Amino acid sequence: MFFGAIFMLYALGLSLESEAGFNEAVAMFEGSFFAKLIAWGLISALGYHCLAGIKHLVMDAGYCEELETGRLAAKVTLIAGAVAVLLAGVWVW
Amino acid sequence: MVTSITSFGRSGLYDWMIQRVTALVLVAYTVFMVCYLAFGDVPTYEQWKGLFEGTAMRIFTLLALLSMAAHAWIGLWSVSTDYIKPTGARFVFQSVCGLLTFIYVVWGIQILWGI
Repeated sequence: MFFGAIFMLYALGLSLESEAGFNEAVAMFEGSFFAKLIAWGLISALGYHCLAGIKHLVMDAGYCEELETGRLAAKVTLIAGAVAVLLAGVWVW
Repeated sequence: MVTSITSFGRSGLYDWMIQRVTALVLVAYTVFMVCYLAFGDVPTYEQWKGLFEGTAMRIFTLLALLSMAAHAWIGLWSVSTDYIKPTGARFVFQSVCGLLTFIYVVWGIQILWGI
């Protein structure tokens, strides 16, 4: 994700640089397989990291710290992460 | 003895807190951008430019960028101090991360204030 941010900043810079750059960025996201793959990978990683981070914050607050609830929270996070990855794929394609 | 002169806040507790505060900023920014891009029409160039020309959006984006820099440093520092044992390799890895973070911040400011 940290190294992938190069692509995010590149796309942001291109899209804000000029109208031609903006059209180029839109065409890239609509036409290029690799651009879609990178976008899907980054959105998936970000989505899963967000969900796992929120679980972390919930545990910081003192919930789901027992074995039973902890395991359940871990499973919920994994399933929600898988759903997020699928949704990201649907969004990109 | 393990020294922590390369940690972000020079204190584990401070890093712990920074990591959580920046996480909240990043979640807020991510939710905002995903909602903007997923639940609306594809913006035109004028709309897209207009969004980032607003002072509030520039501040929000810069805040997210700086949060990303601190959050990524704390996270990558934790992982690299745990798993990259040879000092040389760890130094190179952390230097690359630090340099790239600096580039992201400068690049991002250039994009935001170059519109």
